[in-house]
Amino acid sequence: MGALGAVLAPFAEMAASPLFLAEVLIGGVAAGLLYALVALGFVLIFKASGVFNFAQGVMVLFAALTLVGLMDRGVPALLALALTIAVMILLAFAIERVVLRPLVNQAPIILFMATIGLTFFLEGFGEMVWGANVKRLDVGIPDTSFKVAGLLVNRLELAAALTAAVLVTVLAIFFQKTRIGRALRAVADDHEAALSIGIPLKTIWVVVWSVSGLVALAAGIMWGAKSGVQFSLSLIALKALPVLILGGFTSVPGAIVGGIMIGIGEKVAEVYWGPLVGGAIENWFAYVMALGFLLVRPQGLFGERIIERV
Amino acid sequence: MIYREAGQFKSTYASDQAIFPIPQDRVFVLLVAAVALLVPAVASEYWLQAVLIPVLVYAMAAIGLDLLTGYAGQLSLGTGGFMAVGAYSAFKLTTAFPDVNIIVVFLASGLVASAVGIVFGIPSLRIKGFYLAVATLAAQFFLVWLFNKVAWFVNYAPSGTITAPPRSVLGVMVTGPEATPGARYLVALILVAVFALAAKNLVRGRVGRTWMAIRDRDIAAEIIGVRPLSAKLSAFAVSSFYCGVAGAELVFLYLGSAETLAFDIQLSFLVLFMVIIGGLGSILGSFLGAAFILLLPIFLTNAPHAVGLKLPVALAKQLELMAFGALIVFFLIVEPHGLARLWQISKEKLRLWPFPH
Amino acid sequence: MIDTGRPAGPLLAVEKVSVVFGAVQALTDVNLDIRRGEIVAIIGPNGAGKTTLLNVISGFYQPTSGRILYEGQDRTRWKPYDVARLGIARTFQNVALFKGMSVLDNIMTGRLTKMRGNLLFEAVYWGPARRQELEHRAHVERIIDFLEIEAIRKTPAGRLPYGLQKRVELARALAAEPTLLLLDEPMAGMNVEEKEDMCRFVLDVHDEFGTTIALIEHDMSVVMDISHRVVALDYGRKIADGTPDEVRSDPAVLEAYLGVGEPQPQARRADMEVGPSGARGEPQPQAGRADVEVNPSGARGEPQPQARRADTEVWPSGARGA
Repeated sequence: MGALGAVLAPFAEMAASPLFLAEVLIGGVAAGLLYALVALGFVLIFKASGVFNFAQGVMVLFAALTLVGLMDRGVPALLALALTIAVMILLAFAIERVVLRPLVNQAPIILFMATIGLTFFLEGFGEMVWGANVKRLDVGIPDTSFKVAGLLVNRLELAAALTAAVLVTVLAIFFQKTRIGRALRAVADDHEAALSIGIPLKTIWVVVWSVSGLVALAAGIMWGAKSGVQFSLSLIALKALPVLILGGFTSVPGAIVGGIMIGIGEKVAEVYWGPLVGGAIENWFAYVMALGFLLVRPQGLFGERIIERV
Repeated sequence: MIYREAGQFKSTYASDQAIFPIPQDRVFVLLVAAVALLVPAVASEYWLQAVLIPVLVYAMAAIGLDLLTGYAGQLSLGTGGFMAVGAYSAFKLTTAFPDVNIIVVFLASGLVASAVGIVFGIPSLRIKGFYLAVATLAAQFFLVWLFNKVAWFVNYAPSGTITAPPRSVLGVMVTGPEATPGARYLVALILVAVFALAAKNLVRGRVGRTWMAIRDRDIAAEIIGVRPLSAKLSAFAVSSFYCGVAGAELVFLYLGSAETLAFDIQLSFLVLFMVIIGGLGSILGSFLGAAFILLLPIFLTNAPHAVGLKLPVALAKQLELMAFGALIVFFLIVEPHGLARLWQISKEKLRLWPFPH
Repeated sequence: MIDTGRPAGPLLAVEKVSVVFGAVQALTDVNLDIRRGEIVAIIGPNGAGKTTLLNVISGFYQPTSGRILYEGQDRTRWKPYDVARLGIARTFQNVALFKGMSVLDNIMTGRLTKMRGNLLFEAVYWGPARRQELEHRAHVERIIDFLEIEAIRKTPAGRLPYGLQKRVELARALAAEPTLLLLDEPMAGMNVEEKEDMCRFVLDVHDEFGTTIALIEHDMSVVMDISHRVVALDYGRKIADGTPDEVRSDPAVLEAYLGVGEPQPQARRADMEVGPSGARGEPQPQAGRADVEVNPSGARGEPQPQARRADTEVWPSGARGA
């Protein structure tokens, strides 16, 4: 009975101080949006090439490293940004040529493993070029909080939220309305059919990986500003998985919703129930949450139904 | 000309079903076995400790993962977690019952890991493919967190590590600081040989066919009578057994002591690499993959020396990482079915030798 | 007919079975009896629900309404793996062999329902496990001889030409020693000789083992030659049920296959049989496939009732509607 009481007690705590709960929720949303930004990159690539790009995390890192590295060497911010964008696009070209094209017909797990290999390569490369120490990324927005309606809101987190919102809107419009967006959806639907109506697969892939690289850059900037540019960033790839489970592997708005849900779930669990078991629930809570969802809805919240054939 | 099956006819199904139906293969395997047993007499301590023992230990884990992912088609990223279960339960069992033979302890820890594997395998009934990988990730992170948080598992040691206590088999020290690398190597060798044989027997029989049916076409499998529940759970059970024993071996025969960091997600990926590079669905492949992955960093570290290049340590590490990644991609492009397939191809070429075709 | 001393009554009875996927009515109030020892052909245009019917009988789909009775007992809710143990085996329209296994292993999987499991003995390959393995191997070898596929027994199934794959699939179904054999287009995509071989095998199975057979088939000459009874489906409903001659001249059947008039006599020549897919290789990829969705959302993947090609080469071709 005591155990049950301990498990239920946090609910009372929540009710007792709603302002604190609101702050925790906001913190969760903020963290969730950052996850979502990373997940977005995954979704784009998966949508258009069916590849689960494990290297997305390291792309975030690599983009941030390049930006900071350039700025540290005295390159003015805007120019550095432009150069980094160019680098990410170049990276997309290289990946398509060296990794994707030779593996085009292989099983998804092979491609997945190739992206893991890519991760190692980019990690080593990034470290070699820019050095291994943690870097500070200054985007001009102070990591301070201000009060809104009695709640503490962090400026940086707010910026991240707005960025994520803008990116999602832009991407959603891009997919729905533009010619390339439609082509991407066709490719995601059926590679061969898309090829047969003249859609250039290689171009599509370069476009997708470039856009994904840019999204990675945005995520890298936000994360880097918040926690410094360091190698743990590359492990974010793993955290994106539960987000993708919830939001579906192919849904752009789903990535945002999924991210927010994971962010909130994690934060709330850690703050309210964490102390009961010694903390660090965040390490696994997201996965267990995703697991729970999967048991109820095997294709995730927004995902497409898995079709079985006989 | 030497290596061929022409003129070799089998008169019973039993001889046709043998693992090595061709006498040349049997001779070869016996040679390998003889060499393997004699190795401790000639190999340096460095080679035993740094290469041979870990290859055998990781091969055990690779076989486990291969059974689950290569034969039964259930992608698992939780290998590290299951190995941790084996390691920590072996530690608890042997410290609680110091008189029980350590081999028995290994087997018991395998059974514990097996039970845990079954529990985390239950979602596989509803969930498939990548989604299942997430379920196994939950297992991975949760288990590692559990062993970190609950001090009971480390017998309340303040360092948070588990250390292999000295144990002997047949009067010879096999674990602990006094155990020679040669002794530990032999234990690992015998264990992995026995269990590789068992795995081979399983996969060429009823269970293996059940698993492969689920892997290739789970719906047709169900319609011809395979029960998905028992098929998948048996895969998780057997696989986790192997991983658990491997985990125990990792601490007791190789590292000597470990903390949970040794079993984190990197380990899961490492074993997965071994299985994929070695070849999914091949017992031999698990050995080849383990050897390849373990020898690669050594080769990469030593190669620059061999050609006279002197590299600063950090740079060497980075280049190693890059080379590792590049080699994985290269390998996947060149032979996605792994080293085992390359081996098969060379055997086929050998059949024709010395003729070109 | 085989007198087995079992109670009279059909071996399999399908009673007013309807299957609905979301907005699609795949089967509507289908009644069908399959009597012991007979060969029943199920015909109909693509999308008529033939494969769906087989899927319901195998237990892969649960009917939305109606019952399936096997040997007089209600088996409607049974799972496929339990249905398999009843003695019902089947082949699939798009060959569902286990590509990663050899032919021998594929056929051995057909024996799974007859095998007892014991992990420990199997791990050491000794004693009961070994004996069982060899016994079943002997049985499978008899089937391999029967179907004349000795030469390919060690070949990975994925590497076989289509016609041989179909034969291996038949072998796998036979390995289960079924009382009721369901064949889904066993001769699709085969040339004349292969079809003749398959017909011969099917008839041999029936004659030697007394197996009851239900087969979905488009080739009318095959249907006429080997079946005792023909059932015709259209748009998920049964529209005819009788001897081949009766069904052949049934106006509803003629209407369903398009157009009017008698089949041209010369069209029944064996060498006109190109096969519904037109070439050896894949049978109709789109239509008639059992795309299973648990609760389909109405998006891609449903069986398509509109996409009906008149696919029997006997009658003039042409599609109605789409």
